[in-house]
Amino acid sequence: MTHDIAINGDNAVALAWRQIDPDVCAAYPITPQTIIVEKFAEYVANGEVSTEFVCVESEHSALTLCTASASAGARTFTATASQGLAYMWEMLPITAAMRVPLIMAVANRAVSGPININNDHGDAMSARDCGWIQLFSENVQQAYDNSIIAPRIAEHPEVQLPCLVNLDGFILTHAIERMTMVETADVKQFVGEHKPLYPLLDVKHPLSHGNMDGPDFYYPHKYQSVLGMEKAMEVTEQVFKEFADLTGREYHLVDEYLCDDAEFVAIILGSSFGTMKETVDQLRAEGIKAGCAMPHLYRPWPEAALAKIMKGKKAVAVFDKHLSIGAYGPMFPEVVTAAVDLDAVPKMYNVIYGLGGADATVAGFKKAMEDINAGKAPKITYLGVKS
Amino acid sequence: MTSLSLKELNKLPVRLASGHRLCAGCAESIIAKQILMGTADPIAVSASTGCFEVSTTIFPYTSWNTPYIHTAFGNGAATCAGLETAYNALKKKGKIKEDIKFVNFAGDGATYDIGLQALSGAMERGHRMMYVCLNNEAYMNTGIQRSSATAMGASTTTSWAGTLQPGKKEFSKDMTEIMVAHNIPYVAQVSPHNWRDTVTKASKGFAADGPSFINAISPCPRGWRFPSDETINMARLAVETCVWPLYEVVDGKYALTAESARIADGKVEKKPVLDWLNSQGRFKHLLQDKWEPVVEAIQGEVDRRWERLIKLSDL
Amino acid sequence: MAMANIKDLVIGGRIIKAGSSENFFTGDWRSYVPVVDQDKCIDCYTCWIYCPDNSIVFRDDKMSGIKMSHCKGCGICAKVCPKKAITMKEE
Repeated sequence: MTHDIAINGDNAVALAWRQIDPDVCAAYPITPQTIIVEKFAEYVANGEVSTEFVCVESEHSALTLCTASASAGARTFTATASQGLAYMWEMLPITAAMRVPLIMAVANRAVSGPININNDHGDAMSARDCGWIQLFSENVQQAYDNSIIAPRIAEHPEVQLPCLVNLDGFILTHAIERMTMVETADVKQFVGEHKPLYPLLDVKHPLSHGNMDGPDFYYPHKYQSVLGMEKAMEVTEQVFKEFADLTGREYHLVDEYLCDDAEFVAIILGSSFGTMKETVDQLRAEGIKAGCAMPHLYRPWPEAALAKIMKGKKAVAVFDKHLSIGAYGPMFPEVVTAAVDLDAVPKMYNVIYGLGGADATVAGFKKAMEDINAGKAPKITYLGVKS
Repeated sequence: MTSLSLKELNKLPVRLASGHRLCAGCAESIIAKQILMGTADPIAVSASTGCFEVSTTIFPYTSWNTPYIHTAFGNGAATCAGLETAYNALKKKGKIKEDIKFVNFAGDGATYDIGLQALSGAMERGHRMMYVCLNNEAYMNTGIQRSSATAMGASTTTSWAGTLQPGKKEFSKDMTEIMVAHNIPYVAQVSPHNWRDTVTKASKGFAADGPSFINAISPCPRGWRFPSDETINMARLAVETCVWPLYEVVDGKYALTAESARIADGKVEKKPVLDWLNSQGRFKHLLQDKWEPVVEAIQGEVDRRWERLIKLSDL
Repeated sequence: MAMANIKDLVIGGRIIKAGSSENFFTGDWRSYVPVVDQDKCIDCYTCWIYCPDNSIVFRDDKMSGIKMSHCKGCGICAKVCPKKAITMKEE
């Protein structure tokens, strides 16, 4: 039995955590993630979870404590945003290299400077190369669903990688939406019992974890992570199927909207996917055959699924909510790479939008898409910037 | 533990195996061995990045016969706290049966400098874990750079003895007192030359119902410039000159121990700090006439801290 | 050495063989070798507690020798021996 509730994104994540009831949670408060830890702390205070909850003195310690906890054999969750993720950065590749399947919600927020508390994807993108699985959420429902799906991917014996669950700061974290929740018993059954592969606290089989590698071992160990990531792609598809069987909600490596007959498509992440769907509707009402797609799974990068969507299109517009200053948005070169093996490579455009919470409206998207459709857009557009 | 005997300690399982790659004569493994004799329970070990961490776990070799983890440099306390937290979670669910003790080993750079925040946080939160500082008074792993534990007058590769400066210009931070200020159940200073004192303090630390902190002077032949066979003598001299007093603070109550207690009682003579400075190459420039005021300042600070400790022990 | 085959590696860089450094022989580092005069030795364990490399071997409460596979020749044992039963000789 399922039922609908009105809830904001942070509380939806906390609700999923309550239903999963992890062994350990350690976190440090940062806007706009705070509601997650506040709500979860309330569950702890009232005995609604059995979790050992630790209020650490920094994000660096949050991820450190969680990494060691996960290594020890505990199912471990944390959450952060922006500067918090930046402060964790030293630990991000370490956690991944140690192959511990911990889960981290990221309430996506611009990275300083200038200091800014609003949404963009600067935080998640800076973690892109750290070896973590990343899921993006279009809406509150997906933030909740991804939170339930993530442990199944991360903890798979052939994956064993940490996983970020991204939800847009304020737009999703603080906005109340209607959402269908899964019954707790179903969540518990879906996620299953945690079975750590190499629990460090098995004192009868002492192992050493976090050792120093010379070149003959460092690279092979990195390559093992490549295999784990490749497996994560396959496992994600399988878990999405199982989740659809349970809830009726279907997700794909790349979620699509009207791509099949589109002449050109936009690729976009997070809550802006919804904005882009509305944009596509309006363009189509004007006779412009647009479509759009969102990599639901951002790492591992679903290249084949994207290539399939781009096949036969005359143009592709990659909307990035972050910018590698002096180059492009972080997703753009990756989408281009996914397209290069097509028989006819579409014309590729990059649109940088919404940095630090700048307007990401249907009107703005529509203008950019019309320019691209008309062949009038430059290779890179800084949407809304006046100069 | 009054009946501690080496014969009995020898019967304990070897927790840190041979084949680690610490320099010949390094005190760190001697200290670790003595600390790990402080409990018969299984111990899970974490380490902050540094000489000790690197030397004991160069893949595919580990010197650890216990569960061991390392993550990074400035977060050893949080790493250890993570093990302890997971233990609490799994123990209450019946997934772990044993009583396990937890200890983090870290150098002075990882403790006094880059890891101070994580250490302070872990101590304040009350994790039942021991934190041991292997204090060789500089960043030895990266090539003898000064840390905030480095003694005044010591020549290091970032605080050279030169024509204008007498080595490090500042006194060391009093980390042990910072830990005392956290009001944790057990804080102590140890020296590896006195194994009985060290093992006794380790057992008190492991038995504490909360965090414990042990600061161990760790003579470094390479960084301090003395022959590798002098390590134990150097550790003893640190105590005899009161450069490194042996003491413990149990639930806020100070007590000098071993040789330090005997010096305070007037049963043993306190040696001049010049003996200490004379024994190590890192201080040899201080014997020049022009640095005499520096030697006096060092003696003055050693005396001031020592007198303060005596007063605190009398409370 | 050559690059390791991933088939031989546990994921996460874990070492699952505890105490495996016993197979790494630091005895190669030695330039001075401790020589024990068993007549002087009183089996007091002093050298054992201070040996940084766990190289002093006791059997049946008797000091039975020094594990040369790992002794780095630091000379601490010779310095701490109360009976001067150990001397360091050039290797």
